[in-house]
Amino acid sequence: MEEKVNGKKEARLMKGNEALAESAMRADIDAYFGYPITPQSEILEYFTLEMPKRHGVVLQAESELAAINMVYGAAGAGGRIMTSSSSPGISLMQEAISYIASAELPCLLVNVTRGGPGLGTIQPSQGDYFQAVKGGGHGDYHLIVLAPSSVQEMADFVFDGIRLAEKYRCPAMILADGALGQMMEKVVLPEEGSLPKPEKNWATVGKPATRERNVITSLFIDPEKMEGINIRLQEKYDKMREEVRFEEIALDDAEFALVAFGLSARVCQKAVDLAREKGIRVGLLRPITLYPFPKEAISNLTNKVIFFLVVEMNAGQMVEDVALSVNGKRPVYFKGRMGGMVPTPEDVVEKLESLVHTLSTSKI
Amino acid sequence: MQAETQQNGFELVYKKPVTLTDTPFHYCPGCGHSVVHRVLMEVVDEMGIQDKTIGVAPVGCSVFAYSYMNIDMQEAAHGRASAVATGIKRIHPDKFVFSYQGDGDLAAIGTAETIHTVNRGENILMIFINNAIYGMTGGQMAPTTLLNQVTSTSPYGRNHETMGYPLKITDMLVQLPGAYYITRQSVHTVNAVRKLKKAVEKSFEYQKLNRGTCFIEVVSNCPSGWKMTPLESNKWLEVNMFPIYPIGDLKVPAVSINKPEKQGK
Repeated sequence: MEEKVNGKKEARLMKGNEALAESAMRADIDAYFGYPITPQSEILEYFTLEMPKRHGVVLQAESELAAINMVYGAAGAGGRIMTSSSSPGISLMQEAISYIASAELPCLLVNVTRGGPGLGTIQPSQGDYFQAVKGGGHGDYHLIVLAPSSVQEMADFVFDGIRLAEKYRCPAMILADGALGQMMEKVVLPEEGSLPKPEKNWATVGKPATRERNVITSLFIDPEKMEGINIRLQEKYDKMREEVRFEEIALDDAEFALVAFGLSARVCQKAVDLAREKGIRVGLLRPITLYPFPKEAISNLTNKVIFFLVVEMNAGQMVEDVALSVNGKRPVYFKGRMGGMVPTPEDVVEKLESLVHTLSTSKI
Repeated sequence: MQAETQQNGFELVYKKPVTLTDTPFHYCPGCGHSVVHRVLMEVVDEMGIQDKTIGVAPVGCSVFAYSYMNIDMQEAAHGRASAVATGIKRIHPDKFVFSYQGDGDLAAIGTAETIHTVNRGENILMIFINNAIYGMTGGQMAPTTLLNQVTSTSPYGRNHETMGYPLKITDMLVQLPGAYYITRQSVHTVNAVRKLKKAVEKSFEYQKLNRGTCFIEVVSNCPSGWKMTPLESNKWLEVNMFPIYPIGDLKVPAVSINKPEKQGK
């Protein structure tokens, strides 16, 4: 199955979900716990097929609740652990994710989102942005959130997510969507064994006489102590800001900026080309880390562009973070489709044209 | 364990095991939790497996079990202790793993995890404290609350027409092939405590065999929640709980001799 030809890495054609699962294998995941849900069941299927050959643990749990609590136990026991699900399943996991964040257990969560609310649809959506970047469960916490926009990034971000989760002892989430999970693209997979495992002296592995017992808990009845835990978490989130990642496309001479992540960013890339053919000098800023959010990069753009147009597959969620980053210095507009619908590049250009037109007739 | 017969000129008849911390138990006087904690940790100490044992604490009165047990432990979300224990055991199949839960935790909110953990035959020990009440939250009706039993949420007594029946979850688990050893014990008399200790010893010995789940229900009391003195509660338990939850082994390894050998993980 290997892909080196004449010393060069060969690209393979893979589904996003499968590329992600294969990448996780190569990242030396010790255990995967999951539950079937469309549109990400291929991840669980791939693990059940491949993991036994690689001596790792794969377990189809009785529910997402059980799966995420197995993640908690196994991550607390020092393993490199992941789970994946899709929107409703991720909602079910939120209580335990809050526990995991509080107990500071590194692990990788994958949300291949679908349209909602409710049981919704199995078509792609970005309606879980708030849930992913604002915590999702109860209490003050954040996940590290990475938003891939290609099958290549579905594979790459597994390594990045695990590396960041272990560096900060903070759960990391890959926020993909049904289209990225299902579509096939060429991908060059990360090299096996290139992600060393850090020492975890806090893990529950059995207490030797030489050290105090290790306890994994998120319960601190004394409010002063609980505030102390919160302060430490917040300091950690501040420190994570150095991990901010984003991509800038055609922004050098841009008068207008599109902001979009994931699949929407792919749509916007095409929209930039189409708009520029029509003489509209527009560029694209694509946040790659949704948390920490690239607010400085967006803030810096306010010196350069006339307005921002945020494009999402939801009712307008990231647009709030963009508006906070812009802080009133420039107008921030929104174009979205909901419930599993994907905007077309033409939709984006049309919105852009109407905004530019309004601008030219309103004599600003 | 090192034999010590004298301490400060007195004959030493009992010594706290090193597997218990110096933290005083917060449990109400007469509560069975502290006895079960001690028995559990005595066995871990006597078997010399402190460095190989990982426990999972529940949500409920015993939420702070990890404050008293001097071993590596994890605190689980309400109902999920056996799922957490599953995760730990799958990462450390050579370690001794146990979960510790009350009736609301194990038999109400965590019913699915309980059944599926045993059904997978997870090679762990599950300890189930059944005192027919939610103790920590102030004495509400539990799935194991007896018919006509008065609690703060069944103030006119548990009526099966609207509140269902006492859930005999331990009996349900017996039929699962993944269950290796299932027993129901109590801690209301010295003799009962001794029997519980035997059951815990067996369970840890069985865990070495990798044959399936060991499950111990402990029929226990809640003097505060039942609004009784400890002595009254132990009497009440004998008279009212034992007929519904009779003491004894429900499944012993010999019964499951035809069960196919569990494959190594």
